Amino acid sequence: MIYRENGQFKTSYAADQQIFPIVQDRWAMLLLLVVAFVGVPLLSSEYLFRAIFIPFLILSLAAIGVNLLVGYCGQITLGAGAFMAVGAYAAYNFSIRIDGMPLLGALLLGGLSAAAMGIVFGAPSLRVRGLYLAMATLAAQFFWDWAFLRIKWFTNDAPSGSVSISHLQVMGWPIESPVEKYLFCLTLLAVFALAAKNLTRSSIGRQWMAIRDMDVAAEVIGIRPMFAKLSAFAVSSFYVGVAGALWGFVHLSSWEPAAFSVDRSFQLLFMVIIGGMGSIMGSFFGAAFIVVLPIFLNQMLPWLGELVGLSISTAAVSHAEFMIFGALIVFFLIVEPHGIARLWSTGKEKLRLWPFPH
Amino acid sequence: MAFFLETLIGGLMAGMLYSLVAIGFVLIFKASGVFNFAQGAMVLFAALAMARFSEWVPGWTGVSSPLFANSVAFVLAGIMMFVVAWLIERLVLRHLVNQEGATLLMATLGIAYLLEGIGQGIFGNDIYKIDVGMPKEPVFVLQNVFEGGILINKEDFIAALIAALLVGALTLFFQKTATGRALRAVADDHQAAQSIGIPLNRIWVIVWCVAGVTALVAGIIWGSKLGVQFSLATVAMRALPVVILGGLTSVPGAIVGGLIIGVGEKLSEVFLGPYVGGGIEIWFAYMLALVFLMFRPQGLFGEKIIDRV
Repeated sequence: MIYRENGQFKTSYAADQQIFPIVQDRWAMLLLLVVAFVGVPLLSSEYLFRAIFIPFLILSLAAIGVNLLVGYCGQITLGAGAFMAVGAYAAYNFSIRIDGMPLLGALLLGGLSAAAMGIVFGAPSLRVRGLYLAMATLAAQFFWDWAFLRIKWFTNDAPSGSVSISHLQVMGWPIESPVEKYLFCLTLLAVFALAAKNLTRSSIGRQWMAIRDMDVAAEVIGIRPMFAKLSAFAVSSFYVGVAGALWGFVHLSSWEPAAFSVDRSFQLLFMVIIGGMGSIMGSFFGAAFIVVLPIFLNQMLPWLGELVGLSISTAAVSHAEFMIFGALIVFFLIVEPHGIARLWSTGKEKLRLWPFPH
Repeated sequence: MAFFLETLIGGLMAGMLYSLVAIGFVLIFKASGVFNFAQGAMVLFAALAMARFSEWVPGWTGVSSPLFANSVAFVLAGIMMFVVAWLIERLVLRHLVNQEGATLLMATLGIAYLLEGIGQGIFGNDIYKIDVGMPKEPVFVLQNVFEGGILINKEDFIAALIAALLVGALTLFFQKTATGRALRAVADDHQAAQSIGIPLNRIWVIVWCVAGVTALVAGIIWGSKLGVQFSLATVAMRALPVVILGGLTSVPGAIVGGLIIGVGEKLSEVFLGPYVGGGIEIWFAYMLALVFLMFRPQGLFGEKIIDRV
C-alpha cells in the first residue's frame, strides 16, 4: 500500500538507471544516512561506539571488498585477513617513514599496497579455481602472518610485531574521540560503498559476474579472464587493505599480527556468505550479524543463567558462545543459503503487494 | 650426510602424520563433495574423548589396568564419533544437498565451532595427555654406516606404522567390500549411484564415520605426541597443503602429498630457516603446494578438470 512504484514514470535513461529507482527507497536511504550521521552520534554511548559501531563500519568495508571478489567474481578467498594486515602495516610504514604523511594518504597507500599484493597472490587464480584457489589464498595468509612477525623492517623493529599509532588527524581536525572516529569511518564507508555499488553496475562489474557464472563461456564471448580476475583481486584487496588500515589505526590504535589472523579471514567470509553473496547491502547485514552476535551472546548467557538459577563460569560461557555461534551459522545456511540479502528482497516483494497478496 | 638423512626420515614420518589427517579430508570430499573444515575439530573432539574416557574408565569400572582403560576409551570415543557423524548427516548435510561449494564449506566451519564448543564443554579445556604406551626414547640406527648413527624417534616410527596400517585397511575396505564399492560409486557420480539403488544418506553417514575413525586415530597419535589441547584443532591447517598437493580426490595422493610436504617442511626449516629467521614451516608447505598447483591445477593425483561450455 505504502511501498509501490505505481505512477512513478521514468522519462530519461538516467532515471531508469539510478541505484534506487523507487521513490520510497530513496527516502528510506536518505533517512538512514541522516540517522547514521546525526542520530547515532547524538544518542549513542561511548561503549556502543567502541564495541559495536566502529567495528561494524570497518568490517562492513572489508566485507564489501571480500564480496566483490567472492560474490561478484566467484573467486573464493581465505586470505582476506592477510590483505587487511598488509593494508595496516603498509599504512603504518608510510605514516612513520614519510614525514607529514596525511592520514588519508597513508590509508589509501596502504590500500594500494594491499591491491598490489592482491594481484601477486591472485595470479594463481588464472590456473587454479574453486577450493584449490581457496587453499592458495591461505598461502598468502600464512606467509604474511609470518612476515609481520619475523621480518623486523615491516614493524620498525618492534618486538613480536606489535606497533602503535597515535594523534590521528585529517586536515587539522583531530580523530581522537569515539564520535570523531565513528564519523570518519562512516564517511569513508559511505564513499567506498557507493563506489563499489557503481563498480558492480558498470562494464567491469558485468565482466566479473560473467567470469563468476562460467569463466570458459565468458572467455568465449570475448572477456579477458586475466584482466577480469586480477582486477577483481586488486579492487577487492584495495577495499580490504583500507579496512585493515582503519582497523589498525582507528579501531585498535596499537596492534600485532594476531589481529589479522586466519580467523579474521574466516570471519570475513562468514559475513559475505551469511549476508548474501553478490550483494553490497548483504555485506552490511553480514557484518552486523557477525559483530553483534558474539557480544549479544556474551551478555545474554550469564543473564539467562541467573534467570534459571545457574551461575555459568566464564569458560562455560565461552564454550557456549562457540556452540551457539556454530549452530546459528549452520541453521542460517540451511534456512536461507542465499543470505540475509535474499530475505530482504523477498520481504520487499511481499511489501509491494501488501495488504493484497495478488 | 647423516644429518641430512636424519632430517629426511624425520620429515617422512611427520609427513605420515599429516597424511593421516589429510585422508579424512579426502574421504569426505570424494564421497560428498564437501570440503570438511571440521576435520581438525573432529580430531580435537576425538582426542579429548579418548583422553578423558581413559581417565574416567578406571573410576567407573574399578579396573585399573591401562590397557583395559585405553581399549574401553577407544570404543567409547569411536561410538561418540559415530554419533557425531550421524548427527552431522541428519541435521546438516541432508538439508544442504545441491548447495554451492562455498556454502557447504561455511557449514562445515560452523560445525567446527560447534564441535570445539561441545568438546571442550563436555570434556574440559585443560591440557590432557593420552598414554597408549608409545615408547618415547629415541634409537640410533645404521651406526656402522655413519659415525654416531642416525637418530630415529621410536614414537614417530610407530605412528608412521599405524598410519600405514590404517591406509592399508582403508584401501582393502574400499576395494574389496560391497560398502566400499558403493562408496566409490557415489564418489564417481551421485545421481548414477542413486539410480542403481545405492542409498546416498547411508553412504554419507558411513563416510563421515570412517572420517571420524581416522580423526580418532590421528587424534590419539597427535595427542600422545603433543598433548591434547585446543591447538590440536589447528592440525587441520597443517594438513591442508597436503590435500591440495595430492589432489582433493585421491587417497594415495594424500599419502604422497603428506610425504612431500613433511620432507619439504623439515628440510626447509633446517637448511633455509636460519637465513630468514625461522618458523617458515607453515607457509613453506603452502607455497610448495602452490608451486605444484601451477603445473597441475588438480593436484598430483586429482581427477583432471575438464571444462565444457
